[in-house]
Amino acid sequence: MSSNEKKPALTFQELLFTLQRFWADRGCVLQQPYDVEVGAGTMSPDTFLRVLGPKPVRIAYAQPSRRPADGRYGENPNRLFRHTQFQVILKPPPVRIQEMYLESLEAIGIDLREHDIKFEEDNWEWPVGGAWGVGWQVMLDGLEITQFTYFQQCGGMDLDPICGEITYGLERIAGFLQDVDSIYDIVWAVEPDTGRKVTYGEMRLAEEEQFSAYSFDYADVGRLWEHLNSYEAECLALLDKAKGFEGMEALELKRFPVLGAYELALKCSHMFNLLDARGAISVTERVGVMARIRTLVVGVAKAYAAQGEALRTVAA
Amino acid sequence: MAEFLFEIGLEEIPARMIAGAQAELERRVVALLERERLVAAGVAHRSFSTPRRLAVWVGEVAERQEDAAEEMLGPSAKIAFKDGVATPAAVAFAKKAGVAVEALTTVTTPKGEYLRATSVRAGRGAAEVIAGELPKELAGIYWAKNMYWRAGKPEKFVRPVRWLVALLGSAVVPVEFAGYTASNVTYGHRVLFGASETVLAAPGEYEAQLKAAFVIVDVEARRHTIRKALDHVTRTVEGIRWREDHALVDSLTHLVEWASDASVVLGGFESEYLALPEEVLVTVMRDHQKYFALQDKAGKLAPYFLAVLNTQADAAGLAVIRHGNARVLRARFNDARFFWEFDQRTPLVERVKLLENVTFQKDLGSYAAKSERVRLVCERLGDVVANHGFAVDAVALRDAALLAKTDLTAELVKEFTELQGQVGGLYARAQGLGAQTADAIYDQYRPESMEAAIARTPEGQLLAIADKADTIAGMFGLGLEPTGSKDPFALRRAANGIVKTLAESAVPLKLSEVAAAAGAPEKVAGFFGERLEFYLREARGQAYDVVKAVLAVGSDDVRDAVARAEAVTAVRGSADFAAVSAAFKRMKNILAQAAEKGIAPAASVEAGLLTEPTEQVLAERSAALAGRVGALREAGSYVAALEAIATLRPQVDAFFEAVMVMAPDEAVRANRLALLARVLGDFSGIADFSEIVVAG
Repeated sequence: MSSNEKKPALTFQELLFTLQRFWADRGCVLQQPYDVEVGAGTMSPDTFLRVLGPKPVRIAYAQPSRRPADGRYGENPNRLFRHTQFQVILKPPPVRIQEMYLESLEAIGIDLREHDIKFEEDNWEWPVGGAWGVGWQVMLDGLEITQFTYFQQCGGMDLDPICGEITYGLERIAGFLQDVDSIYDIVWAVEPDTGRKVTYGEMRLAEEEQFSAYSFDYADVGRLWEHLNSYEAECLALLDKAKGFEGMEALELKRFPVLGAYELALKCSHMFNLLDARGAISVTERVGVMARIRTLVVGVAKAYAAQGEALRTVAA
Repeated sequence: MAEFLFEIGLEEIPARMIAGAQAELERRVVALLERERLVAAGVAHRSFSTPRRLAVWVGEVAERQEDAAEEMLGPSAKIAFKDGVATPAAVAFAKKAGVAVEALTTVTTPKGEYLRATSVRAGRGAAEVIAGELPKELAGIYWAKNMYWRAGKPEKFVRPVRWLVALLGSAVVPVEFAGYTASNVTYGHRVLFGASETVLAAPGEYEAQLKAAFVIVDVEARRHTIRKALDHVTRTVEGIRWREDHALVDSLTHLVEWASDASVVLGGFESEYLALPEEVLVTVMRDHQKYFALQDKAGKLAPYFLAVLNTQADAAGLAVIRHGNARVLRARFNDARFFWEFDQRTPLVERVKLLENVTFQKDLGSYAAKSERVRLVCERLGDVVANHGFAVDAVALRDAALLAKTDLTAELVKEFTELQGQVGGLYARAQGLGAQTADAIYDQYRPESMEAAIARTPEGQLLAIADKADTIAGMFGLGLEPTGSKDPFALRRAANGIVKTLAESAVPLKLSEVAAAAGAPEKVAGFFGERLEFYLREARGQAYDVVKAVLAVGSDDVRDAVARAEAVTAVRGSADFAAVSAAFKRMKNILAQAAEKGIAPAASVEAGLLTEPTEQVLAERSAALAGRVGALREAGSYVAALEAIATLRPQVDAFFEAVMVMAPDEAVRANRLALLARVLGDFSGIADFSEIVVAG
């Protein structure tokens, strides 16, 4: 039950604290954002790889998500090159996962009795990762604030147990709570001693302006291709060695850098997105390059699963 | 007898799947009860659904099944009794059947005397049967997309199951599914009622008790309430009406559990957005936000929207929700306006070269190449129709063909893909290109379906045909034709669109001319034929045999095929026509059988060889009639032509009554066959009547 007196809307960072606290209280380990470029919280190894295998997982983290093609030089009030997702992974999903999610909305100051909330079918898929799930987009007074997914497959493999994934769009929710028309007007923090408001724009506008310019105007297409090719070659070399798990000793097996291979695959994915934003990928090429990246990402998922399986065998 | 209620509670079911699943569950539950002899045929039943539940109510269910007598055949009587004493075989059989040896009787079968046991199978209790059988029915429900959620993956369903209710009268039936055992506890509206339990007293109380928990379980009642609320709320503003949208009403009915006048909000947006085209505004409202658009008395879009909520609130509460929805809509409109303005910086004419970077299909090249091909197809088609005196603005058509695909490079289309074509048309108009060009671009994808309208202008019709024909020709050329249910490039829809456009416009083009202009391979002719058949049957409702009869004669001229089919349908009910059709079928069979035996008709009919009066009469009468029928057919007066053919009935009947076609005399026989061939040839120009199925 929420109190009847209106509390001031949460700042951007209070929103993050509240969600972190809420999910930590429900058994989630709080992880820091992954420090390699990703397009979504799902692509962090904390989701993409941890959902594989039998081990239960409860984890939550904020994930800055880069989408070069969505950049608008900071001129569009609703669109960002880099937005922030708050990702919660519950494997296996608790029976009350939907209710828990709704309680989290109450926790951040949304009194459900005062708003219209709908769960509309929205099935998520990431073909490059051989990953998909079924679920909903959660609509709050007509605004999509969350993608709620029951993850079914990853790396082309069936998950068992499956996992529940809750992805909050932090900027959208903060904008809703604070009732501002531009993301850049969101109050990020308030200095308690002076009362000065630090806005989202103050913290991030320059980044939006410069990274949009880089992605659309400056990035050197030839070099981006070189990066992509060389990350790909390194990743493929590791995946090739990963075929030999059968004959490895426990120590070698444990130390085999599948996680490194994943990082390289993510680098390729980001290079692809930059090339795409640069308009350097024709529709014809597109399918082929995506297939190359799929080979890496799905290959890593399979290697990760095989490594886990092999380690369990060794332990037994 | 007791009422039965079953409810399965779920996390939100996709709106598009609810109606089908509700009907299927109802069908399955009733069929199960009938199969198990627990209900009489025609028993009363109803079903209910909301996003979070599916439920079925059945009026009168027996407490138990009737006992059933069962007969079993045993060993032969010869080995069952020796000197009147039961052998081990008889004892074993009696034991198996569950009766005493004394109760065994014998029965005479074709194979001799055999033992018979009549046992009574005791009826089982309804609860036991339902608990045993219903889970299988639940597991069998079809879902377009379903999911696992429990570890070990014991079952798949559309969404996780959350509770089960099964009541026979006031008693719980312990149906088990997905880890739950049914009880008498259900749940109300998540927000308006909260998480408290509702204990159902009896099946008949279901609807009322849930209404008290802010759930309207009857779909039609919910739909009706939503419609009334939309009306009532709209009336708060003078002079506006909401735009009817059945699909949207339906979708929202399946997205909410509750509805009342306080669960619809009317919001407004700044009039400045009305400067954007209606198509864009309506698409944002309907497709992206599930809002209803409103119009003023003149039918123009008004600056308002209607949102249907899955809750209700007082005036202050509705104000908050209205504000939130308006804020989202404003952001969406701003995006659209930004894209519109951004797109204007690069006029369509300058976008032609950008199409070189947009691939149409990897082996068919870019959209620039496609546009050039379509321009050429348009030019060829334009020449063909010009020869028929059909007026087309060739310059406008050429411009439209070259600019048709340029909107694929526009930001607005990337954001609202469903508006491709329309956006190009709107931009063309805004950029001062002629109305003919703009309208043709706007309509290029029409008709999108069998129900949709065709392009409005001759230029639009030709462009729509040329674009589709080019796609079909290209894909068939690569061997990518549709197979079975697979049609990834929607070529059937494209061909349907060509057929529909030719059928419903005045464009004087034959399918073969369309195929030739597009440089289509041979096999496209057959594909077009199939689509014409589909159109006649699906869009025009013509019977299968009529379609076959008409297309046997010709399937190139679409409008003509439609007219012929309609004429045949108009006269097929008359007795004379049916009789003549039957006679024609007979003629065709006789000729076919003769041909099989290597007997050919004479080259022409010799009057001197017509020995029987009836055949002389038929020859004269049919020759006289042929000229008239031919003239009527030429004039397109198909019904009159068919009625004229039907007047031949007396002569045809008399001929078959008196004449043996396969006469022993070779010359006479060949001459009679020639007569039949001539009659068939003269009168089969509209349809092959031998294909008509005559009732009785």
